[in-house]
Amino acid sequence: MFQVRIHGRGGQGVVSGAEMLSTAAFEEGRFAQAFPSFGSERMGAPVMAFCRIDDQEIRLREPVMAPDALIVQDPTLLHQVDLFQGLTAEGFVLVNSSRSLDELGLAEFTARLRPERLRTVAASEIALRHVGRPLPNAALLGGFAALTGQVRLASVVKAIEAKFPRKIAAANAAAATAAWEILAPRQERARA
Amino acid sequence: MLRQMEGSQAVAHAIALARPQVICAYPITPQTHIVEALGRQVKNGELPGCEFINVESEFAALSVAIGASAAGARAYTATSSQGLLFMAEAVFNASGLELPIVMTIGNRAIGAPINIWNDHSDSMAMRDAGWIQLFAENNQEALDLHIQAFRLAEDLSCPVMVCMDGFILTHAFERVDLPTQEQVDAFLPPYEPHQVLDPADPVTIGAMVGPDAFTEVRYLAHHRQLRALERIPEIAEQFAARFGRRSGGLLRGYRTEGAETLVVALGSVNGTLQEVIDAMRADGIAIGSVSLGAYRPFPQAALRAALDQARRVVVVEKCLAAGVGGIVTEDVRRALHDGHRLDTVIAGLGGRPITRAALREVLEHACRGEAEPLTFLDLDREVVERELERESQVLRPGPTASAVLRQVGLPGAPFGRGREGRS
Repeated sequence: MFQVRIHGRGGQGVVSGAEMLSTAAFEEGRFAQAFPSFGSERMGAPVMAFCRIDDQEIRLREPVMAPDALIVQDPTLLHQVDLFQGLTAEGFVLVNSSRSLDELGLAEFTARLRPERLRTVAASEIALRHVGRPLPNAALLGGFAALTGQVRLASVVKAIEAKFPRKIAAANAAAATAAWEILAPRQERARA
Repeated sequence: MLRQMEGSQAVAHAIALARPQVICAYPITPQTHIVEALGRQVKNGELPGCEFINVESEFAALSVAIGASAAGARAYTATSSQGLLFMAEAVFNASGLELPIVMTIGNRAIGAPINIWNDHSDSMAMRDAGWIQLFAENNQEALDLHIQAFRLAEDLSCPVMVCMDGFILTHAFERVDLPTQEQVDAFLPPYEPHQVLDPADPVTIGAMVGPDAFTEVRYLAHHRQLRALERIPEIAEQFAARFGRRSGGLLRGYRTEGAETLVVALGSVNGTLQEVIDAMRADGIAIGSVSLGAYRPFPQAALRAALDQARRVVVVEKCLAAGVGGIVTEDVRRALHDGHRLDTVIAGLGGRPITRAALREVLEHACRGEAEPLTFLDLDREVVERELERESQVLRPGPTASAVLRQVGLPGAPFGRGREGRS
């Protein structure tokens, strides 16, 4: 089972992000479960959502305590929330930022992790360019596909198309693809 | 057809496939997505022959359903928490008048203190209102139970609540197999009312009944619920034959063979529980579980047979009778022979996550016979002790809820305010 925790703020599409990720995994014939954290959903408040992906039916209903991957939609959450709580040593981290993890002051938190599994991507800027609004979730899913290989970009695009009306879907799919194109070559090189 | 969707949307699909004629509801979290989706379908003309009636309260919602059902329409509504309490008088009326309404309960805690998250306090408050209460383990079962519920309700002319855990199921995206309209039509015939308001053939529905007949009428209501104990498994079997998967029924055992300890629970926590049981079995601990699919009527004989071989029974329940302890526990106690040890674990109140680690710890204690008869899972004793101490020292201690919040920090912080390390 592969477990993902998405951190963001109310209004950024954290829950939609987890839902679309589950749909992408479903598109590949896998079992997936997405659900919101049971906290207050206010605009701007810290919000979490979870996604589990497995090859068998998922019965577990507890929150994701020990994620295999973290998606951080807003790096300023670091000062408010223990983002890395429970993250496994083999875990992936994808942060929405145009800056590097060092520049974000995250180096000490991520020192124990494998460097090729830690990435930032400027998802809000990509979204502004393609969608016209700084909603980073679709771009981050494209980045997640490149970083972890848990889902294919094509499946992420399908999930986006299932979620949004055609025009908005196309813009979000373009954002996801743009993020994927930034990260995929780096991951290729890291694996080589 | 396999689809990945939110639990609420899956239930809305099931309701639509059941060809309802009147849907009325008042929004309340966490059931709102269900009736929103149905409202959209009616508006878009996807539910021909169905009227969606906007009402001003939950009391009105169920009252409209009662009127519609009495007039011979297949009627549906949904609610949660305070909404169910606000319609309480009509809840008793619907069953007393023998009207086969189906209502989804998106299970949620009852305030005060206000809390929008999941536990079973709401449907438990109405457990003796004369409705059949079915509990879903996952979203596939929630979908399937609604289709079965109309069959059951209309066969017996008795209303049915389908209870699904708020947020944990209503807001969870997972895989569901959507039946076709043809399959559902073949399983669920058009509503044939046992009684109908018809000006051409007038009847009194809701006659005044005095001491000379009230006991007999109430006995017949009891008798009807007992008949449901036969119909629920029959309908589940017929469903399995037609749809090719098992859903519903009175109860379901999990790894009960040779189990010395059996855990009884309602709803979605059974999934997490089964994971814990697999892990404990792998370590050689003889434990299993029983998921109660029907809570009203209570399947006493079936449960007695399921629990008989065990030495210890642990009830994990998401509700509390203050001053008593477990609520489900007392029903389970009646199903036990003497000599069983029976412990209660109160868990998941107001949306507190029920983790594998916490369950495993308390169940290991229970298996060793060391559990308290009543355990509050993950209770923060320090917080409680500090508050009791504070209350004892001041003349006017003020509201308890605010005092506890001051201790634990803001509501809605991750994992119940940094509790993760402990759970």
